[in-house]
Amino acid sequence: MRIGTAVTLVAVTALAAACAGMQPDPRADAIAMMERDFHAEGIAKMDRLKEDAVQAACNKYNDNPPADLAKKLQGEQYAGVKWPQDGNLLGDWKSGEKIAQNGRGMTWRDKGAVGGGCYNCHQIDPATTAFGTIGPSLTQFAKLRGYGPDIQRYAYSKIYNAKAYTICSQMPRFGHAGALTEQQMKDITALLMDPASPVNR
Amino acid sequence: MMRHALVAGLAAAVAALAPWMSASAQTEDPVAADFDKFRALMEEANPAELFAAKGEQLWKTRRGPKNASLEQCDLGLGPGVVKGAYAQMPRYFADVDKVMDAEARIVHCMITLQGYEYDKLDDRPFSSATKTPDPVSITTYVAEQSAGMKFAPPQSHPKEKASYAIGKEMFFYRAGVYDFSCASCHGVDGQRIRTQPLPNFTKPEQAIRAVQGWPGYRMTGGVMHTLQWRLNDCFRQQRFPEPDYASEILSALLTYLTVNAQGQDYKGPGIKR
Repeated sequence: MRIGTAVTLVAVTALAAACAGMQPDPRADAIAMMERDFHAEGIAKMDRLKEDAVQAACNKYNDNPPADLAKKLQGEQYAGVKWPQDGNLLGDWKSGEKIAQNGRGMTWRDKGAVGGGCYNCHQIDPATTAFGTIGPSLTQFAKLRGYGPDIQRYAYSKIYNAKAYTICSQMPRFGHAGALTEQQMKDITALLMDPASPVNR
Repeated sequence: MMRHALVAGLAAAVAALAPWMSASAQTEDPVAADFDKFRALMEEANPAELFAAKGEQLWKTRRGPKNASLEQCDLGLGPGVVKGAYAQMPRYFADVDKVMDAEARIVHCMITLQGYEYDKLDDRPFSSATKTPDPVSITTYVAEQSAGMKFAPPQSHPKEKASYAIGKEMFFYRAGVYDFSCASCHGVDGQRIRTQPLPNFTKPEQAIRAVQGWPGYRMTGGVMHTLQWRLNDCFRQQRFPEPDYASEILSALLTYLTVNAQGQDYKGPGIKR
């Protein structure tokens, strides 16, 4: 099996090189080598290596695609946001805090969606001092921005798909990827938006 | 002339400041600072020495279906030459016509010289509470024989250059359910995941932290781990599928990281949190 795919890889690489007039193409070579040298493990199947349109644009343009392409893709990502049927975006902030603390989920041996891992990258409840700095601080999120429906929709959709706003954001697209359930995203939205949440006190 | 002198002077000043700046950035975090102190203490009596000693024995003993030792294994400096080999890998090997990192090469020698089967070595390649696989001990021995030397992975062969270029592409390749690449955590200065500082491996002075201290005795679990394990765990957290053990894509990624760290001292097997 391994030898078979290795031969195919060599053939594909040789063909690609011949077509491109022997110009080296490290990106094509790297993708072919990944396809050959990775295997499915647990819930992480090989389709996870395939770029979708957003990932391909970010990979190809070093996270800085042309403005018109970025705008088009962001529009598509926003259009794909599934809003809760009942129209209510706010769940239970206490549950949201637990989901934000939990960094597990979607790895080989996970069952699927577990936590959001929000504190890995963001400051949220100021009482939690173990927070990462990859994303901006979310402390006083609604106190600074307002508690109204527009900001609620902004928070929910940003959690659902951060690429609807910043095409190459480092933040996962939790709703789009099925990495959080609707109820989990509502609970995290409440953590950011509820006046009673420690985020806004 | 004046401009050159000025530029040189500036460069020297920045170079002199750089270690101080990165040191202060690290000690900003009290948890990390405490751990650095603890690690310095532990390094004086590092359990990694035990694994290196076991690895040396394994290297020299006739074993496997072919009842051969690894003393004819060519790690790039000629058959049987171990001293300095680890610091000069990954490198191109003509007999397989590809670039291999140290552990991949050791696995290759165990297969070709001793007659072991890849599928059995690949079955459980990483240390657990009850077992340290032989390639891990042997890699620790080989690494120890480069302690105090500078990282100098060659980049003269076209395949070594290609390996670096492929490793770089892999480093920045975003995919999977979380859209992560290696660079999501290790492509920017001064960031943290929770309390853990994240080195920027695209910069030489920080890339050393990708390869320093490996193979490492990891206090979480109390087991010996190699860079193969570390990369495997990165891809797990990246929510990717799993890379094949000792595969060419991992050698390419290690080429990218090690070349970025080249010229800096390798301290030998270390201690990890």
